[in-house]
Amino acid sequence: MRQKVTSEALVALLSGVLFGAGLALGGMTDPARVRGFLDLFGTWDPTLAFVMGGAVLVMAIAWLIQPRMIHPLFADVFTLPGVRDITPRLVIGAGLFGVGWGLAGLCPGPGIAALVIEPVSAAVFVATMLIGMVLVRLFEKDA
Amino acid sequence: MLPGFPHAEPLAGLAGGVLIGLAAAVLLLGSGRIAGISGIFARATGVANSSLPRVAAWAFVLGLPLGAQVVMALNGPLTPSFLSLRWVAVAGLVVGIGTRLGSGCTSGHGVCGLSRLSPRSIVATLTFMATGIATVAIMNVLI
Repeated sequence: MRQKVTSEALVALLSGVLFGAGLALGGMTDPARVRGFLDLFGTWDPTLAFVMGGAVLVMAIAWLIQPRMIHPLFADVFTLPGVRDITPRLVIGAGLFGVGWGLAGLCPGPGIAALVIEPVSAAVFVATMLIGMVLVRLFEKDA
Repeated sequence: MLPGFPHAEPLAGLAGGVLIGLAAAVLLLGSGRIAGISGIFARATGVANSSLPRVAAWAFVLGLPLGAQVVMALNGPLTPSFLSLRWVAVAGLVVGIGTRLGSGCTSGHGVCGLSRLSPRSIVATLTFMATGIATVAIMNVLI
């Protein structure tokens, strides 16, 4: 059990480092570049389309390999989302997320990765993001 | 260089995207999990429960700035431009609420879900792209 947790943590660390490097290299840790991509009606910067395209292409190959594996390399089972319903909650949540993404040009990954690039701004973003997440949790407990 | 788009960096974008795709592939094929950053961050901070060991969630989260640091060490310093702290704070809050309600962000829905052709993720991605574009367009007019 302990060994399994260690290998899961190492896989997660490798994935996180690769992810953070990709975000920084692709320019996603620069809010101006992200907002430039969203600025479809202004001076559009298509760089992020290449980031997204590259990532989706590589991940699509992984999705082709996955069903041919009996279990993941370092775990017993695949833990994948099984929900398929398109709910108002999903659309409202994604819509809100997009508003926040556009407001400051940051989403969760780049916000966390930017802690070593622009520490004060990134820390403020990560802190208020956590508050937002806790608010949803508290509200749901009441419901 | 991309003709017509002087600020675009398609090659760096593509390289970053491939790294992000590899990161997501490592987590899927190694641990059998989705590289959804908002969800993993929520798990690490204790906002959400999941079968992902908490130490693995933290390993992934800490890997993000580590990866950005590696890029800076190899490629030189990054010079991002962030909006003022006020906007960053509001954006973080909205992103935190939105990602919990919408069950994911750019990584989980945009990279992992799109490449799997998940209907939920396609709807979520189209929604947050639309509201992100609208938000930037409105801010350009008002500010």
